[in-house]
Amino acid sequence: MTTPRARSVFLGSLPVLALVVGVVAFPLVFRNNYVQSVGATIGLYSLVALGLCLLIGYAGQVSLGHAAFYGLGAYSSAVLTTRLHWDPWLAMLVGAVLTGAVAWLVGRPTLRLHGHHLAMATLGFGIIMQIVFIEGDELTGGFGGITSIPPLRIGGLSITGDVRNFYAIWAVVVLCVMASRCLVDSRVGRALRAIHDSETAAAACGVDVSTYKVQVFVLSAVFASVAGSLYAHYITFVSPDPFSLAFSIQMLVIVIVGGSRNVWGALLGAALMTALAQQIEKTDAIKDLSDVAYGLVLVLFIVFMPAGLAGALSKGLARVRAQRADENA
Amino acid sequence: MHLADSLLQFTVSGIALGAIYGIVGLGFTIIFNATGVINFAQGEFVMLGGLVAATLVSLHVPVALALPIAGFAVAIVGLLVQRLAVQPLTRSSVISMVTVTIGVSVLLRGVAKELWGPNSVAMAPFSGSQPLHLGTAAVEPQEVWVVATVLVIVVGVQLFFEHTMVGKAMRACAINRAAAQLAGISVDRMNLLAFGLSAGISGLAGVVLAPLTMVSYSSGTPIAVKGFCAAIVGGLGNSAGAVVGGILLGMLESLGAGFISSDYKNAFALLVLLLVLVLRPSGLLGKRTDRGL
Repeated sequence: MTTPRARSVFLGSLPVLALVVGVVAFPLVFRNNYVQSVGATIGLYSLVALGLCLLIGYAGQVSLGHAAFYGLGAYSSAVLTTRLHWDPWLAMLVGAVLTGAVAWLVGRPTLRLHGHHLAMATLGFGIIMQIVFIEGDELTGGFGGITSIPPLRIGGLSITGDVRNFYAIWAVVVLCVMASRCLVDSRVGRALRAIHDSETAAAACGVDVSTYKVQVFVLSAVFASVAGSLYAHYITFVSPDPFSLAFSIQMLVIVIVGGSRNVWGALLGAALMTALAQQIEKTDAIKDLSDVAYGLVLVLFIVFMPAGLAGALSKGLARVRAQRADENA
Repeated sequence: MHLADSLLQFTVSGIALGAIYGIVGLGFTIIFNATGVINFAQGEFVMLGGLVAATLVSLHVPVALALPIAGFAVAIVGLLVQRLAVQPLTRSSVISMVTVTIGVSVLLRGVAKELWGPNSVAMAPFSGSQPLHLGTAAVEPQEVWVVATVLVIVVGVQLFFEHTMVGKAMRACAINRAAAQLAGISVDRMNLLAFGLSAGISGLAGVVLAPLTMVSYSSGTPIAVKGFCAAIVGGLGNSAGAVVGGILLGMLESLGAGFISSDYKNAFALLVLLLVLVLRPSGLLGKRTDRGL
């Protein structure tokens, strides 16, 4: 007899294995540079969305400021490696710590707020950070940004080009997926879900609501920061452009479409929405309609499929399983 | 220029801009009171009002006609938004509500970009641009139009809430939705009306603002953010507070840009927002116990 927990870990490891196989195979199957770079981008977005998924789906808190954390990671890497000539890995680590500290400073007071207020507070923070990226001339290079950021290195191997970056990014994604799954299945994960359902009830059961909320906020910010650093070392150039409110909204769309109450939702959403965006970008007839499409997809998913793709898939799976159990009985 | 003169000048131009923030804040408040929803598409209502009016004026429709038409058109958009996106989610979580109105705002922006193109649209000031003089300060006539329009809207909305049955019914919903329903008020209809009214006045704000700042498909979000700051500073749910909060913010922004740095102009309101949210989430003018929190 296996315990339900052991069973869920065993069954749960199959998707992870499938993910690893898929990641290893992707650049071998798709030899086109463009497709490989899209794959790497999906990895970056997956990483940000994964953190946001923990925050939204499990703790029930919305952030509209994750572009700021993504940007903090990217700019930390850019500034520390180009101006102070630090090692990229060290810069990434310091960026993550810095971002975590900023998230803690922002999160501690604002996470006492609920729903709408938190969304607006993080939105305000995100916009302030973009203004800082633009106006922090001497440090951030203003609109021009920072160029010639060195790539990451492993031993003598420098991680340049689409394929190596693809593998580096997705290696981090796989690690974070595994870490997130452990977190979600742990006592902390259950506490977070309790907070999502009712903060009052969770608090009554002895869950330290505000501490957990701040911790998951910091964790999700760190995920975004690492993604930002990976982005900076991959593209070797940062400017304020990508770190706008539009990015935060894009991540929200990814999480909602993929399904916020499931770790896999982040990956599904990132893959689907990025592929969709690329397709729209390539099709001249609807190229200008990308905003319309984005807004429409978001509204339709919220109204008709609030649990997202992952939610719908797991519901479908559960139904199949139930049917099979009926037949066996 | 002497310090006192520049102080007066910055204050005067701050009031005009602040009046717009205030009216957008009032728009947030009306919807929040009736439905408990913060509508993230509020700025797009302002943007649409400006674009519709600019187009009408360019087709030689007189401003006196373009203003109400634009307000009405945006009110219709507000009704549609409530029916198609918000109402199906009435029993859903705050997160769903937040995201659906964000979706609507992205959608409206996309539609506006498609219809009016990516560039800013200009609109002539209602009565020329020969500056008026108020002591040592120069005032653009359009700024007078802005303040006057906002005044008319505020008084009108106040009269509506205090002296009409529908207005009173909407206030009843704001106080207690369940009790209002029991008293025979159709809460659903009030929700719809709140969206229409709020969109309409935001649209009008967009029309009078357009000659001052130009308007494009993307000009809604910054206005919405400031309008929301105004509503929070005034205490979310407090209509008069929203207008006062808006004017305070406008003056602060104008003085900050004049005396500190214009680079960070757009950050001032947001800093105030964060400070108020952290230190006094019920707003400067709100009561300590706020049901929104």
